[in-house]
Amino acid sequence: MAYSDKVIDHYEHPRNVGRMDDKAENVGTGMVGAPACGDVMRLQIQVNDNGVIEDAKFKTYGCGSAIASSSLLTEWVKGKTIDEAEQIKNTAIAEELALPPVKIHCSVLAEDAIKAAVRNIREKRGEAVKEEAAE
Amino acid sequence: MKLPIYLDYSATCPVDPRVAKKMADQLTMEGNFGNPASRSHLFGWKAEEAVEDARRHVAELVNADPREIVWTSGATESDNLAIKGAAHFYQGKGKHIITSKIEHKAVLDTCRQLEREGFEVTYLNPREDGIVYPEQVEEAMRDDTIVVSLMHVNNEIGVINDIAAIGELCRARKVIFHVDAAQSAGRLPIDLAEMKVDLMSFSAHKMYGPKGIGALYVRRKPRVRLEAQMHGGGHERGMRSGTLATHQIVGMGEAARLVKEEMAAESKRILALRDRFWDQIKDMEEVHVNGSWEQRVAGILNVSFAFVEGESLIMSLKDLAISSGSACTSASLEPSYVLRALGVNDELAHSSLRFSFGRFTTEHEVDTAAAEVRKAVEKLRELSPLWDMYKDGIDLNTIEWAAH
Ligand SMILES: Cc1ncc(COP(=O)(O)O)c(C=O)c1O
Ligand code: FES
Repeated sequence: MAYSDKVIDHYEHPRNVGRMDDKAENVGTGMVGAPACGDVMRLQIQVNDNGVIEDAKFKTYGCGSAIASSSLLTEWVKGKTIDEAEQIKNTAIAEELALPPVKIHCSVLAEDAIKAAVRNIREKRGEAVKEEAAE
Repeated sequence: MKLPIYLDYSATCPVDPRVAKKMADQLTMEGNFGNPASRSHLFGWKAEEAVEDARRHVAELVNADPREIVWTSGATESDNLAIKGAAHFYQGKGKHIITSKIEHKAVLDTCRQLEREGFEVTYLNPREDGIVYPEQVEEAMRDDTIVVSLMHVNNEIGVINDIAAIGELCRARKVIFHVDAAQSAGRLPIDLAEMKVDLMSFSAHKMYGPKGIGALYVRRKPRVRLEAQMHGGGHERGMRSGTLATHQIVGMGEAARLVKEEMAAESKRILALRDRFWDQIKDMEEVHVNGSWEQRVAGILNVSFAFVEGESLIMSLKDLAISSGSACTSASLEPSYVLRALGVNDELAHSSLRFSFGRFTTEHEVDTAAAEVRKAVEKLRELSPLWDMYKDGIDLNTIEWAAH
């Protein structure tokens, strides 16, 4: 399979690889996927009192496109509010990375990861969490 | 050293230059281009002679009679002809077939087709070591069993089945025994005068011959009958019609001749390379060889690197031509059915790579490959949340994953 230059760039030089203390009050963690499916993504965001994402870190077990999707996502969410970050769509990620149709699910995973991380920080803050329809 | 390094010999081998030279001599006006079936002139006679020489070489590789060798287009066709041919011919005696879950698709899909035609198939599960044991075959035998089809060496994990013992069981019950030997011919000694195998499939491109040519061994004593699957001019004693591809056949014959001559020395050399490779990675944490360590061919090593995913590993290893046990690339997200049948969990199956070494592999290539593998696995583990969890002492099986 031929990967786009952007996927290769993120894969070879992943941005914001790392781990935050998931117990910290200002850290939201989203862990999605399953080892048996061949992909697990952990995305963490550090959010200030104004709801702005100051830092983001990820680790991903999965194919190159999944790693690139999560790496790109950490770049995108930094500086955004959690409301804005929640709106990021997998289609935007897939388009930016020029993912082929068989790799769309890797970008879906990234969208799920940011949503889960935002939900986690909201829960920690006791905010009302929008109930999403079960997928 | 040329990059990428080819470590996928069980997918296919390059044609040996000595074989290519002989093949090239069978094509042009100046060469031996005749139709081996032409009985009325020198061109035909010469082509026929070349075909019969090649048949002898293939027969000698497995200690068979040349009259027991039928040319086909490859092991896929041989498997089809053997299993469908025998099932159709002997269906009056029964409609039960025994095979295993880790056969090549050429066997599995053929069996599926026979099921649609009303045959009943038992798919044996190998044990954890990847071996199908004679006892398992014996237990599955019924009064209406007509064919047993099992591979000699598995193409993904390299494990060897005891076909001599299984042959005895089949013969005692007068059940036809077919063996797919695509991965073993030329790598292990095979003596069909000794072993009670009735039908055996071969492929030239797994023994440094060309793709698109293979053979089926069909035993004469006791005689095995097949219903032809390809009808036409009655070539190959009616078992497989079609003008014989002289250049391909000569290529397979020469490949068989060379591989017989060189097998002993070549196996030793490849085993040393395999060990040299494994010695450089075996000390890494959570690295597992799939399939029996003792009962395997030298050239195939299937390894799971826990907590890293196979496709991304292959992406990191762009200087190595290897294959992944995970079919994530094919969008099906299915781990290999072979590893799954061995009971390898999905996570480890997704993390597996197959390395296969061959005639042109060098020590330098193996050293480079091992170093690259170490580097890539370490890099990806740094990126892996599963590795973090493992290092934290968390048992991944205790977590409820949001499977999708
Ligand atoms: C065990 C086994 N059987 C059958 C085949 C198919 O052989 P061919 O490519 O000659 O049809 C292969 C190789 O692809 C194989 O490894
Ligand atoms: S994570 Fe499996 S294809 Fe991307």
